[in-house]
Amino acid sequence: MGRYVLRRLLQLIPVFVGTTFLIYVMVWAVPGDPFAGMCGERPCNPAFVAMMTDKYNMDETVFVQYFLYLGNLLQGDFGETFSGLAVGDLIALRYPVSIQLAVIAVAIEAVIGIAAGILTGLRGRGFVDNLVLVSTLFLISIPTFVTGFLLQIVFGLELGWFPATVSSEATWGELIMPGFVLGSLSMAYVSRLTRTSIAENRRADFMRTALAKGQPKRRIVGVHLLRNSAIPVLTFLGTDLGNLMGGAIVTEGIFGIPGIGGLIYDSILNKEGVTVTGVVVLLVIVFLLVNLIIDLLYAVLDPRIRYD
Amino acid sequence: MSAQSIGETEDTGVVPDAPLLEVDDLYVEFRTRDGVAKVLNGVSYHVDAGETLAVLGESGSGKSVTAQAVMGILDEPPAAVTGGEIRYHGEDLLKVSAQRRSDVRAEGIAMIFQDALSALNPVYTVGFQIEEQLRVRLGMSRQEARKRAIALLDLVRIPNAARRVRQYPHEFSGGMRQRAMIAMSLALDPEVLIADEPTTALDVTVQAQIMDLLKEIQTERRMGLILITHDLGVVAEVADRIAVMYAGRIVEYADAVSLYRRPGHPYTAALMESLPRLDLKGHELKTIKGLPPSLLAIPPGCPFHPRCAMAQDRCRTEVPAEYRLGLGRTSRCHFAEEMVGGV
Ligand SMILES: Nc1ncnc2c1ncn2[C@@H]1O[C@H](COP(=O)(O)OP(=O)(O)OP(=O)(O)O)[C@@H](O)[C@H]1O
Ligand code: SF4
Ligand SMILES: [Mg+2]
Repeated sequence: MGRYVLRRLLQLIPVFVGTTFLIYVMVWAVPGDPFAGMCGERPCNPAFVAMMTDKYNMDETVFVQYFLYLGNLLQGDFGETFSGLAVGDLIALRYPVSIQLAVIAVAIEAVIGIAAGILTGLRGRGFVDNLVLVSTLFLISIPTFVTGFLLQIVFGLELGWFPATVSSEATWGELIMPGFVLGSLSMAYVSRLTRTSIAENRRADFMRTALAKGQPKRRIVGVHLLRNSAIPVLTFLGTDLGNLMGGAIVTEGIFGIPGIGGLIYDSILNKEGVTVTGVVVLLVIVFLLVNLIIDLLYAVLDPRIRYD
Repeated sequence: MSAQSIGETEDTGVVPDAPLLEVDDLYVEFRTRDGVAKVLNGVSYHVDAGETLAVLGESGSGKSVTAQAVMGILDEPPAAVTGGEIRYHGEDLLKVSAQRRSDVRAEGIAMIFQDALSALNPVYTVGFQIEEQLRVRLGMSRQEARKRAIALLDLVRIPNAARRVRQYPHEFSGGMRQRAMIAMSLALDPEVLIADEPTTALDVTVQAQIMDLLKEIQTERRMGLILITHDLGVVAEVADRIAVMYAGRIVEYADAVSLYRRPGHPYTAALMESLPRLDLKGHELKTIKGLPPSLLAIPPGCPFHPRCAMAQDRCRTEVPAEYRLGLGRTSRCHFAEEMVGGV
């Protein structure tokens, strides 16, 4: 296993370099004057342009620029925005709330999705099953921004059960409704995945063996059925956590959450290349690491998977 | 702890001196979308301590369903037991509480399956799956149970038991897996062991080893063994009595020697010509012509008549009774006596 982890970590290097380079090129090598529009209506004065060009190594080829950037990045320096703010500070300011939101979303989809899946998977066809099927279909077919605005209006403004927007402190309580919105689509998938997985394993031969061994019903379900059925579900939840950690532009926008999704959105609009590159590079690293952890988790859950 | 001690501690319907296990006129049907499949239509057999009963028959004849009904592990629904009794020490298991049924399942009657790979849980170690019974049923500690599991793996001659006990089913070879399955079934010292085609999925050489092991363990522990198999060669060697099943009925029931000398039912005769035999390797096999009947619509009269070379007019209308051919031997064929006595 140790060797596998090492190999996977080494594999991260080329993937990391490749993706970051692509991002860098896409952001910086776009045709046109990168400083257009930065100085109001007038063209920028030559001294400013010269300073900026020097600061961002614009007179070098894109390869040299990239490697200079990468060098700084590896020392923990994400660079500065055009207005001189450290991108690292910006990220530190805005990433925690996005992570918090992602964790809440995954927790909600895990608890509700798995509970609904187990209930329907064990019971088989019937009223509860149909209810869950229909409501998941509903969730799957409605776009996030509709769910978001709907919940905001109904529970936030009309009923006043939850705050309609998130304050700058972004407390856990304020994030519950946005977390639900963000997790609702995956929640539907989790419940269906759990249901299918349980219904499938329920008929497995090893269940019959456990029964033939005279094991109590509770133990047959709790020990033999759930453990086997959990494998695809936990894998999905892990992958989803990785996805949601990439920020949620729509959900953050609806609820006014000052997170990383909004940061990306703003910096793209403002052509803040350094910020865009920095954030996206960070998200790529997070995504790769989360995926590595999921792969390892998978091996722990299913001993048939062996990585050597 | 054996089933007898259960009998002492609980108020059960155990009858002294009753046969160990008796299936009596058992009916099972499967209610499916296509209709009601009458899978068992009055199956009766019994097994006593130290005895081996072989159950033979084509695929779909109801061998496994009978075994599952005895274990109480049928999928109900779609399956439903619609008649008959399953008596263990004289106590009808179809009438006892769910708890008592589960106790008997654990400690009185054990079962091993054809495909040990799918019958074992892939995500737990072999040791865990043996120990779980000892811990749950006997309240053993982890260490005690581990020791006992190693001893059981030793008993079924798995080399390196102390290391193997920590491995997962997929790390075992097919033969070793079936041995582990046998070890698991022996954990609580059952009085009856049902082996549903325990060697079908294995290589020929391994098959013989597993059969030897089963036979040896059975003799040592004086267990009743119900052996479901396709292999007439194996049956000849190990079975005391043979039950031949067709369309959910036992059509011939006889001791192994007389059945081999002279089958008492045309279906048995046909089976003997068609089933693979270890001693006749390489010979061309005759297959029984035609297909087994649909259990949704079993033919009137003798269910075997559409395929029977000896069929007469009365076979098409009159269901053959169970003819006694002496000494516990029976046959459900109108011409049973001719078959045994005639030339
Ligand atoms: N879960 C089920 N649903 C519907 N029908 C079933 C089910 N299980 C068994 N049957 C039917 O019961 C009949 C007997 O099956 P059984 O498994 O006892 O056959 P068998 O004699 O063990 O055959 P084989 O030699 O193939 O194992 C078959 O016709 C089968 O279609
Ligand atoms: S009763 Fe008739 S059809 Fe049935 S086995 Fe005997 S001879 Fe054949
Ligand atoms: Mg079978």
